[in-house]
Amino acid sequence: MPKDQSIKSVLVIGSGPIVIGQACEFDYSGTQACRVLREEGVRVILINSNPATIMTDPEFADATYIEPITPDIIEKIIAKERPDAVLATLGGQTALNAAMALNELGIFEKYGTRLIGADIPAIKRGEDRDIFKKIVEKVGGESARSAICHSLEDCYAAVETLNYPVVVRPSFTMGGLGSGIAFDREELDLIAGAGLRHSPTTEVLLEESILGWKEYELEVMRDHKDNVVIVCSIENVDPMGVHTGDSITVAPALTLTDVEYQKLRDLSIEIIREVGVATGGCNIQFAVNPQDGRIIVIEMNPRVSRSSALASKATGFPIAKIATKLAIGYSLDEIQNDITQSTPASFEPTLDYIVVKVPRFAFEKFPEADPRLTTTMKSVGEAMAIGRSFPEALQKALRSVEKKGTSFTWRTPSLSREELVASVGIPTEFRLQQVQQLMALGASVEELHGLTKIDPWFLAQIEAINNAALEIAGASDLSAEVLLKAKRLGFADFQIAELRNIAESEVRGVRHRLGVKPVYKTVDTCAAEFEAHTPYHYSSYDLESEVIPRTKPAVIILGSGPNRIGQGVEFDYSCVHAAFALKAAGYETIMINCNPETVSTDYDTSDRLYFEPLTLEDVLEVIAAETQAGPVLGVIAQLGGQTPLGLARGLMDAGVTILGTSPNSIDLAEDRGQFGNVLDVAQLVAPKYGMAQSYEEAVTIAHEISYPVLVRPSFVLGGRGMEIVYDDESLRGFIERATQITPNHPVLIDRFLDDAIEIDVDALYDGEELFLAGVMEHIEEAGIHSGDSACVLPSASLNADMQKQIREATHKIASGVNVRGLINIQFAITRTNPGETGTLYVLEANPRASRTVPFVSKATGNPLSKAAALISVGRSIADLRKEGVLPITGDGVAHGISVKEAVLPWNRFRRVDGTGVDSVLGPEMRSTGEVMGIANTFGEAYAKSQSAAFGALPKSGNVFLSLSERDKEGSVEPARTLVNLGFTLFTTIGTHNYLASTGVQSTLVRKNSDSAAQGPSAVDIITNGTVQLVINTPLGRGTRHDGWLIRTASVQRQIPIITTIAGFKAAVAGISDITANDFSIKSVQEWSA
Amino acid sequence: MTKAYFVLDDGAIFEGESWACVGETFGEAVFSTGMTGYQETLTDPSYHKQVVVMTAPHIGNTGMNSTDEESRKIWVSGFVVRNPSPRVSNWRSEISLEESLIDAGVVGISGVDTRAITRHLRDRGAMRVGIFSGTELSREEMVIKVRQAPPMSGAFLAEDVSTPEKYIVPVPEGVEKRFTVAAIDLGIKSATPRHMSDRGIEVHVFPVGATKEEILAINPDGVFLSNGPGDPATMVDIVELVREFLLDSMPIFGICFGHQILGRALGFDTYKLPFGHRGINQPVKNLQSGTVEITAHNHGFAVAAPIDSNFTTVFGAGYVSHICLNDGVVEGLELLEKPAFSVQYHPESAAGPHDAAYLFDHFVEMMTKEKAGRSA
Repeated sequence: MPKDQSIKSVLVIGSGPIVIGQACEFDYSGTQACRVLREEGVRVILINSNPATIMTDPEFADATYIEPITPDIIEKIIAKERPDAVLATLGGQTALNAAMALNELGIFEKYGTRLIGADIPAIKRGEDRDIFKKIVEKVGGESARSAICHSLEDCYAAVETLNYPVVVRPSFTMGGLGSGIAFDREELDLIAGAGLRHSPTTEVLLEESILGWKEYELEVMRDHKDNVVIVCSIENVDPMGVHTGDSITVAPALTLTDVEYQKLRDLSIEIIREVGVATGGCNIQFAVNPQDGRIIVIEMNPRVSRSSALASKATGFPIAKIATKLAIGYSLDEIQNDITQSTPASFEPTLDYIVVKVPRFAFEKFPEADPRLTTTMKSVGEAMAIGRSFPEALQKALRSVEKKGTSFTWRTPSLSREELVASVGIPTEFRLQQVQQLMALGASVEELHGLTKIDPWFLAQIEAINNAALEIAGASDLSAEVLLKAKRLGFADFQIAELRNIAESEVRGVRHRLGVKPVYKTVDTCAAEFEAHTPYHYSSYDLESEVIPRTKPAVIILGSGPNRIGQGVEFDYSCVHAAFALKAAGYETIMINCNPETVSTDYDTSDRLYFEPLTLEDVLEVIAAETQAGPVLGVIAQLGGQTPLGLARGLMDAGVTILGTSPNSIDLAEDRGQFGNVLDVAQLVAPKYGMAQSYEEAVTIAHEISYPVLVRPSFVLGGRGMEIVYDDESLRGFIERATQITPNHPVLIDRFLDDAIEIDVDALYDGEELFLAGVMEHIEEAGIHSGDSACVLPSASLNADMQKQIREATHKIASGVNVRGLINIQFAITRTNPGETGTLYVLEANPRASRTVPFVSKATGNPLSKAAALISVGRSIADLRKEGVLPITGDGVAHGISVKEAVLPWNRFRRVDGTGVDSVLGPEMRSTGEVMGIANTFGEAYAKSQSAAFGALPKSGNVFLSLSERDKEGSVEPARTLVNLGFTLFTTIGTHNYLASTGVQSTLVRKNSDSAAQGPSAVDIITNGTVQLVINTPLGRGTRHDGWLIRTASVQRQIPIITTIAGFKAAVAGISDITANDFSIKSVQEWSA
Repeated sequence: MTKAYFVLDDGAIFEGESWACVGETFGEAVFSTGMTGYQETLTDPSYHKQVVVMTAPHIGNTGMNSTDEESRKIWVSGFVVRNPSPRVSNWRSEISLEESLIDAGVVGISGVDTRAITRHLRDRGAMRVGIFSGTELSREEMVIKVRQAPPMSGAFLAEDVSTPEKYIVPVPEGVEKRFTVAAIDLGIKSATPRHMSDRGIEVHVFPVGATKEEILAINPDGVFLSNGPGDPATMVDIVELVREFLLDSMPIFGICFGHQILGRALGFDTYKLPFGHRGINQPVKNLQSGTVEITAHNHGFAVAAPIDSNFTTVFGAGYVSHICLNDGVVEGLELLEKPAFSVQYHPESAAGPHDAAYLFDHFVEMMTKEKAGRSA
């Protein structure tokens, strides 16, 4: 049966903000779904609160709702749009949970619509551990022995039979949130206690430990005719005990015989049938005992997942796209394989290459956090690489992670052999590197298998890499033979250089002279059995290259690599838009990226895709290959964030044309002195600053500028290592830590503008004309990293004079830096009295696409990235106005009021003792994603943003306040408003007395540190659910114990917590609005109309 | 490290390293796309006289074990891999792959661009090949030697691989014996009698030269025609034997080579495919049920039969029951008036997915019906 003709409109539920465990893979799957549905003539209605996604661009749906993904909002959308069907299997756990909630509320029946993809009983069978376990037994499989528990008492009883260690898994949480391994009663209390709270059904599963077993995952698809195919098998290099998202994984599975693999395949098929996923994809995880092959079915996800994105990129089989087609009635044999264009989708991809995925972590952002890897996912992104051998793919993947210490090195390790032996047994971020170092020190495969349980096959491959390193180091000269062998094992030029103690460029020179160059193979789903029509390439040191000649001029777009804090989906957004715009403008677009979660690495996005590490070597080789294939216009490096920007200079030095803003301009903006000159010429001011190389020097400068000062190492990304210090002592503390971070780098000291308003500007410049796209005002005051601060567009407090000043300043800086494309400038405004224009300071300028580009694009309806891409190939803003890309006249104008809010991962991290990490905001960026709320009033927009960011503001109830001295005054008015709205305030002593003195009444609770006082403590009333909102503003950084207890209790109990007075004021504005009115909904298309 | 050369009869030469035995070997160059199951491939008699190129990049990871053998020995005449495993890791492994190949005297080559070779064969078709290692021959001399080797078309190989003596695969303990089947060994894989015996069939495996009388002597409920190497056009005697059984309404089930023989017995031609189907991911559509099976294939020849409608034969009407969705090749035949059917692919699936195991049940049903009809 072809398409189901009764489906004329579909509501697609997205996955919301990027959080750990749910990242841009759902933008990839959702974007594919929207594209497929529109191609099929279906009206697409979309809800997603995340403005940084590609799917929320107006062109991907007929009605796009950037609204909180909550049952009441979705009901409103259903009531208004009346979709024939709802698709919730492509938006991760968020969408699935929303669908479950809608079903509970009877919404689908009420409006005569239905779920497609997977139905509610199937979701329940897949996700409810008890039911799932019975299914596994029914089909002849085995589950780990386990017990379902709804209380800690249940847990204690269960452990009697299961014995320690036990695995704790809360039900219905994403990315394994709240799960862990308990080795004793104390750990059980901690982990199971938190798990019961995290689970929406207050349910955890305790399981026998299968730590150290081999772990596998199969991606399965089924259609309504009951055709089932296995798209991909994935094997974890890290054995059981580490969440799959945090494991290094490889596809296909490499250490199973056919007999063993077919058992997993048979079980997978039986399970998907029995669970009843009628159409679509799911993944099923297995553990295999390496001693005897006993198989245990771990779990299934009855939906498209992070692994599906990986499997799609690893095989060329687009799972989300096919799942969408299946959901609207097609069967697998009716769908064509895009890549071969001659064979159907009802087949199983076969790989003639190896794919390795390596996670990227952000522990450096959370120094308090326990660095051990467990069954709770902690990584923030991942890189994937493809090679013709496991060592090649592994080493490419490691360098794709783009983080110091990730690539193998043969320098003397910082840990001794004994220390390495002690540490490799515990999975951590750099365990594999430690394994490699320990082997380089002489440890055997057997010894390491004993310590780590990593399969000896993988260890032997690392041993081969180490042996090759010895040969490279010991070779009399770099012959073609030595180089080719090294390259086939994935060695980068910089690794060979390090081993030979010569420059990387010298290695490259010798290598090119000897003709040792990569060839480019194709990911084709079929191991070359059929001709591939999709140029999806990866490099390898082999014989034959498959890059075909072309005549159209090519533009090469550099992507942004693995997601990390400070560089996520928003940069992929810009790259993808550049690809679309340039393709439409008649160029051949070529994408280079290594992040499997993204839309940019979909083979449908650009004309050619190179799945390659974003290093100078790998990028130069692609450019060389493409230059042989046809004309190359140049490279766009300004859209993918810091990663491509960091390559621009090297590319230019190698003779590559950088399109748009030149690397010289980038340097100009980054160099304090040179940028200072630009500001001087423009008669603009920056806060006073100085550069210190010693503590003494720093103190002198700090006194000159006067405290508080903002200090940081000279080169940073996402505010890393930045701190506000208020006195000499904390300055000394910082210098000691900071100089450890980057030796031989001076420390920057800036005047910190206390209480200043921070402004973010995104603009386009073509050399003559400036298009001011958006002026955003931060809600949190200066000192909170712009990525973690909420912001509003249009800004509320700037008068016409200041707006004019900002426009002029932006124009002068864009011109002074010589931008061709996008520029982002951060300003600060200080005022002595409210209502006055104030003084404008320039904090920094970044001549590239910023994190806020998608937000501004959505709030104003102007496609900034497209415009930037076209400017970089020579179009003027005047041209773009004529072509309709930009408005005919004027700057960007916001439709309604849009608030962007950051989403922070506090609940993912714990300290080694099991307590929570502090949730206070600061100059260091720690958010993983963002949401947008759009409405006619600031209050409603802000309230929507909080709701979307998992911190819905209460409409009534109790609010707890504990404020630092300097914030007390500012809290009076919002506190009074809360009381007037009927809220009861709870306060600690200082706040209590202050508010009382202004006539605001509150109930006093004791501080936890004050054990002598009577009654419940601040933490008690948070933990026992008395309060619905917590306001706690700490002073500076070195937080006091009480504040930390309050904040971590709030995070654990999932009670919204606000840590700034500005945030408090905004929240009260939001509460005022929502107590008066219900949320309204309006699609992006309606806002722009 | 000894150099080795993979030399095709169109003159293309791929340079790699000697692996397993040093020496020279000849055969038909074919590629197999299975990511698992190299042991089953190596021991599948259908690969006799073939030089198999594995497209999966790492081969040998799980070693070799005695339970996964598909026959008594390794049959391939040469083995081509990108990365041989430096280490075996599997709890069932008994010996490494390279040791097994050396024991079997198989000449191999490693480190070659197997993808380039596969693309070459895909575009130009399967052809003769030689692997040379430790040789003094010039490139020209190697090509000449390859061209002197016998081609696969017209090759009669069944006698090489068939069992010298008849043997019986009994019904396993705990299973009731229901039928006796005469299986003609044209290169049978051990998984096939296992599938039958698990279903209550006592399998008598006959050498290729078995006469009708010898077969009837065991009073069989059905005849099974196995897979095997070679050109089906050379199997004149067996085709004649099958025709006689068809006239007798003897239930017949054929797999792969056996399917081609049934096809020829029905009067259809067989032809050589450009590069064959070899892998474990081939989508086959069951034209009766409309569902798709993911199946194991290993065939260089195919039956030319009409797909769109039923056909008529001297044994009555019949139809094409299965086709390959990748290229529309006939993958199954069934007669309507006689109890006979066959498939071009491998329902015994070792290596490969188990989607088509239901065909053995079909054979059981067919024999049940025939037996009931006869006793009625």
